[in-house]
Amino acid sequence: MGGEGLGWKDLEIGFVVTEPGNASSYKTGDWRSERPIRENERCIKCGLCYIYCPEACIHEDEEGYFEADLYYCKGCGICAHECPRSVISMVEEKEE
Amino acid sequence: MTKGKIVGLEGSFAVAEAVRMANTDVIAAYPITPQTHIVERLSEMVADGDLDADFICVESEHSAMSACVGASAAGARVFTCSAGQGLELMHEVLYIPSSMRLPVVAVAANRALSAPLSVWCDHSDVMALRDISWIQMFAENNQQAFDLTTCAYRIAEDKDVLFPTMVHIDGFYLSHVIEDMVLPEEEEVAGFIPDYEHPFVLDPDKPVSMGCYGPPFIYPETKKAQEVAFDNTRSKIQAIWDEFGEIFGRHYSPVESYKMDGARIALLTMGSCSETAMLAVDELREAGVDVGLIRLRLWRPFPFNELREAVKELDLLVVLDRAISFGMGGPVCSELKSALYNKREELKIVGFIGGLGGRDIQISEFKYMVTQAQEKVKAIERGEEVETEIIGVREGGGR
Repeated sequence: MGGEGLGWKDLEIGFVVTEPGNASSYKTGDWRSERPIRENERCIKCGLCYIYCPEACIHEDEEGYFEADLYYCKGCGICAHECPRSVISMVEEKEE
Repeated sequence: MTKGKIVGLEGSFAVAEAVRMANTDVIAAYPITPQTHIVERLSEMVADGDLDADFICVESEHSAMSACVGASAAGARVFTCSAGQGLELMHEVLYIPSSMRLPVVAVAANRALSAPLSVWCDHSDVMALRDISWIQMFAENNQQAFDLTTCAYRIAEDKDVLFPTMVHIDGFYLSHVIEDMVLPEEEEVAGFIPDYEHPFVLDPDKPVSMGCYGPPFIYPETKKAQEVAFDNTRSKIQAIWDEFGEIFGRHYSPVESYKMDGARIALLTMGSCSETAMLAVDELREAGVDVGLIRLRLWRPFPFNELREAVKELDLLVVLDRAISFGMGGPVCSELKSALYNKREELKIVGFIGGLGGRDIQISEFKYMVTQAQEKVKAIERGEEVETEIIGVREGGGR
């Protein structure tokens, strides 16, 4: 996100943020220690993962499958827990 | 100079008059001894239509300060008051308006902290608020309670300040005592405290986010900005007090002195006991002791330069604390030593603690402190450990 390089003289009074909705630029994907991996062959496209995702980072693709946006996905595993077909598994993140 | 009229007013009512004349928009407060009369009087003024303010009846001091934060963020002129345990319950929220640069004005009717339960005056509650980043000052009498509360609005709302400001009045000694004082003309006070505009207010047409999350990559920068801005308020505070002095004829400074000409020894006090200390200085001067009195008016931001100036001719500074920092001694004395460290090697500083939980401090006790402090200096020079003495405390031990 913007802001990492800001010095104290760059801040608005009281650390007011004047750009509405700029929370969307904050990369919560950094928090993730496990990432969701899908076996789409067995997916019934029910969308429960999309509904349960607390980060609202799961979106539907053109074919009707669902996928997490890893810029935001915190790796909580709720999608994997809720999936009625156990299509989603959580795999440990590794140093790249 | 102002006309005004001389009236007899309780300290609490003097504060309420200042809040009314400042045309305060929102009051959110919870009654607690010894601050109760301020809240009661303000509530009465709003109910009677004498003050066009929203009086928010909250269920706790925590809620009172939370409501003040919200109202101030919306651009309102805001007041609250509390004391002792109430300030402690408010404590968590006190850091919020200062970090968000919201000019809330508050009065604290200083009270001891439990346990044992005490509704009486000391400065334990003040000392728990040292690091909240509010501008804080002490009043010594009801006139000053009115004047400093009036100035608090101007200071807090100044565009180069924008920090919440708190006036400390000693519980009961000021809050419940009727004294004669000059109540200025309303128009003159209104002229001194014009409407203000915060650069950022909650406004749907100009949306901003306040009180944001500050991850490690930005938090230290926010605190640096706050510390620099807070440090820079000193000159504005003096300028506003000077302007007040020109209009109303009563002058205030961060550090004020009494009979300091030629003094080699000085007592240092804050709040209402300063007037008792003045009487002690009068008697000691008559007896030929070169003693004066330094009164700490501005507590935060700490007036380093004015203090160093005030002590520059002294051999001995005798500090009275009305609170204990357990395991450390008198908190004000500790801060003075820190402020003067490496500045004047030859200056000795001796601290006493007194007036805890409403125990009276009398003229004779101030005189005792001056005499005893000189003995303690001799002991220090002999290399002995000198404890911080609690004035008038009974030893007992006969059981």
